[in-house]
Amino acid sequence: MQKNTKEMITKEISSNDVHLFMKGTPLFPQCGFSSTVVQILTYLEAPFTSTNVLEDENVREGIKEFSNWPTIPQLYVKGELMGGCDIIKEMFESGELQKILKEKSIISK
Amino acid sequence: MSMTKDELLETLSNGLPGSEIQIEDLAGDGDHYAATIKSKKFIGLNKIQQHKLVYDALGEKMGYTLHALSIKTEILED
Repeated sequence: MQKNTKEMITKEISSNDVHLFMKGTPLFPQCGFSSTVVQILTYLEAPFTSTNVLEDENVREGIKEFSNWPTIPQLYVKGELMGGCDIIKEMFESGELQKILKEKSIISK
Repeated sequence: MSMTKDELLETLSNGLPGSEIQIEDLAGDGDHYAATIKSKKFIGLNKIQQHKLVYDALGEKMGYTLHALSIKTEILED
């Protein structure tokens, strides 16, 4: 992985409480899995930032290596990998995601 | 860029011996599957760690041979 790619990823996840590496943008997701995570975060009214990995091949491959996680989307909360689409969906359905976001003061209700 | 349901089952079974695996073919195109894996190896691990074991079992296939795999992990009870 290129040094500047690693620096960019580190900066994004450390300066944003909730950051999503996704295919496309929150308004125009280009993959069903990415879209699902966006929908969950939007529903929970959790503010988040995102990186469109399709815009940069270095980031697309770099994030997989960085996280040791082979798929996209990847959701980071307070600098920690929370999961991909399946985990986030499961955590949302069980209420665990809401609990964690509340504990970390990201959402209030 | 695809694999059959049997190939997927065999890959997962080899990588996670002793687990109960169910695979659903989501689109019939050899590229979109949902797998439910019950294993004792998941005990004491969080979801990220559990899914990483599944990805380890798939090795290089994930993201290359196989595009979309939805994973659900559960702990196998005695």
